[in-house]
Amino acid sequence: MKDHWLARASTIRPLWIVFAVVLAATVLMDLVIAHHPYFGIDGTFGFGAWFGFVSCIAMVVFAKALGTVLKRPDTYYDS
Amino acid sequence: MTASAVMPPALVLILGGLILPLVSERLRWVVLLVLPLCTLYLIWQVPDGVSLTAAFLDHELALVKGDTLSRLFATVFAVMAFGGALFSLNQTRTVELAAAICYAGGAIGVVFAGDLLTVFLFWELMAIASTIIVWSAGETARGAGLRYAAIHFLGGVLLMTGIAGEYATTGSLAFERITPDSLSRWLILAGFLLNAGAWPLASWLPDAYPESSWSGMVFLSAFTTKTAVYVLLRGFPGTELLIYVGLFMVFYGIVYAILENDMRRILAYSIVNQVGFMVTGIGIGTEMALNGAAAHAFTHIIYKALLLMSAGSVLFVTGKRKCTELGGLFRTMPITTICGVVGALSISSFPLTSGFVSKSMISEAAGMRQLAWVWYLLAAASAGVFLHAGIKFPWFVFFQKDSGLRPNDPPWNMRAAMILLSVLCIGIGVLPGPLYAMLPYKVDFVPYTASHVVFYLQLLLFSGLAFFAMLGWLKRTMTITIDVDWFYRKPGRALAIAIGRVADDLWRGLTAIGARTAQRTLGLIEQALGASGILARTWPTGTMVFWATMMLAAYLVLSYLRS
Repeated sequence: MKDHWLARASTIRPLWIVFAVVLAATVLMDLVIAHHPYFGIDGTFGFGAWFGFVSCIAMVVFAKALGTVLKRPDTYYDS
Repeated sequence: MTASAVMPPALVLILGGLILPLVSERLRWVVLLVLPLCTLYLIWQVPDGVSLTAAFLDHELALVKGDTLSRLFATVFAVMAFGGALFSLNQTRTVELAAAICYAGGAIGVVFAGDLLTVFLFWELMAIASTIIVWSAGETARGAGLRYAAIHFLGGVLLMTGIAGEYATTGSLAFERITPDSLSRWLILAGFLLNAGAWPLASWLPDAYPESSWSGMVFLSAFTTKTAVYVLLRGFPGTELLIYVGLFMVFYGIVYAILENDMRRILAYSIVNQVGFMVTGIGIGTEMALNGAAAHAFTHIIYKALLLMSAGSVLFVTGKRKCTELGGLFRTMPITTICGVVGALSISSFPLTSGFVSKSMISEAAGMRQLAWVWYLLAAASAGVFLHAGIKFPWFVFFQKDSGLRPNDPPWNMRAAMILLSVLCIGIGVLPGPLYAMLPYKVDFVPYTASHVVFYLQLLLFSGLAFFAMLGWLKRTMTITIDVDWFYRKPGRALAIAIGRVADDLWRGLTAIGARTAQRTLGLIEQALGASGILARTWPTGTMVFWATMMLAAYLVLSYLRS
C-alpha cells in the first residue's frame, strides 16, 4: 500500500526546493523594501533571516547544554 | 438605583456551574452553551464605572466596575467558556465541567472587580475551581493537583497579606494603579506574578496543567494566567521590573519547551513563554505596549486553547501524550492537524494570523522607547516561539515518523470548537480592526506594512530552517527536565518525610510516657481503692474502738481549751 502523498520522498524533495526558493525570496525582498531600523544592526541586509537563524541555533545549543545537567528519565518522580 | 439592577456577568456562570450537576444529561448542553452566550451579552451591558456594590463589614465592595479593559478580557473569557464548553460536551465527568464553568465565572468576576477584596474573593474561587479541574482527571492527577493547590493558596496568602497591609496603611481597598513602594504592595505584586507563572514559582503550571484531562487543560490554559495579566495591566503598568521578569519567562519557556517530550508540557511551557511577552509589554508601559499586552492576551487565549484542543483531541483518541509515541497522525486526523497548524502559526505570529497583529505591537513599543536590548531579545524570542511551539508541536505530533497510529478525528463538537477558534485566529489576523477598537487606548499602529511582514517572514522561516537543520539535536527522548518544582518534590519531600519521622518518634515517645504514667496512676488508685487496697481492708473492731476513743479524747481536750 502506498503511503500518504505528503509522506512520499517524491513530494518531500520538491517541498524542500519550494522552501529554499521562499527563503531566498524573503531575503531578496530586502533589496526592494525600505526598513525603518530603530538601532542599527536591525537595518543590516537580511537581518530577520540571519538573526532568526542564529538565535534559534543559540537557543537549541543552550537548551541542549542545560539538558545535560537537568535531564532525568521521565519516571524520575514516580518512585 | 439603575446601578443595582445590573446582573453581574460572573454570577451567571458561577450559578450555572453550581446547578450543572443537577441538570439532566440531555439538557446539559443548554447550560454549557447558552450560559456563556448570555454572559457575553451581559458583559456588553456593563456600563463604565461602578454599577453594583455590596456592603461588607463597614466597606462598600464594588462588585461590578466596568471599563474598556475589563470588557475586553471578560469578552474573551466568555468566548473561551463557550468554545471550551463546546469542545468538552463529551466529557463524562460532570464535576470537571461544573468546575470549569465556575472557573470562567471567577475569571470574569476578577476583571469586573472594583476593589482589591473583590479581586481576592474571585481569585480564590478560581484557585478552588481550577484545582477541582486538575483533580477531575483521576488518581494520576492527585499529587499534581495537591501541589497546584498548595502553590496557589500560598499565592492567595501573599495577596491577602498585601491587601490587609495596604488597607492598614492607606485605609483604602481601591484597585487602581499601584506603585510598588511598600512591603504590602510588593506582596500584592508577588501574589499577582505567582498566578502569571513568573519564575521562580512558574513550574506549578507545567507540573499541574498537563495532568488534567483532555478537556480540562483547555480551560486551565485560559483563565488563571490571563487574569493575572489583567490585574498586572490594571495595577502595575510601567513597572520596570516586569520587563526583566517577562523576558526571563519568555526564554525560560522556550528552553524548557525545546527539551520537553510530552506534547502538553511543551504547550504548558509555551504558556509561560507567551505570558512573558505580555508581562514585558506591561513593564514597558507605553500606551502601545499596554495595548499590545492586552491584545496579545486576547489572541493568546484563543490560539492557545486551539492548540490544546488539538492536543486534547489527540489525547482523547489515542490516550497518548508523548512525542516519542506519536507522529504521522495527519493521515487520519486531517481536521485536527489543520486546526493545530493554524494554532501553531498564530502563536508564532505568522502574518495573517492573530498573533501577528498583537505581538508585533509589543516589539514595536520596545523599539519606539529605544529599549534596544529588549527589542533584540523579543525578536530572538519570536523566532524561538516558532521553534518550540510553531513547528515542534505539530511536527512531532502530526508529522515526523509514522507511529502506526491511525485514529480518526474526534467527534463533531470537538471538531466544531477547533474550527470556530481557527476561524477566529485567522479572522483577527486578517481583520484586526474590531480587536483594535476594543483595546484600552487608541491604536496608532499598522501591522501590515511591507517592512513588518518581510521581517517576520524572514525571522520565522529561517527559524524553521534552523529547526530542520538541528533536528538531530531536537530528537525527543523519554526524559523530563527538572525545574524549580524539584525543590519541593525531592528535597522538600525528603525534608517533610524526615520531619514526619521525627514528629512520629516524638509522638510515640510522648504517648509511651503518657501511657506509662497513666498505668502507674492506675496502679496507685488500685492500691488505695482496689479490692485488696488499703481502704477496702477489713479492720478489727479494736482498731475502731481505739480511734473512737481517740476522737472523743480530742474533743474533750478541745472543749477544755475553749473554756
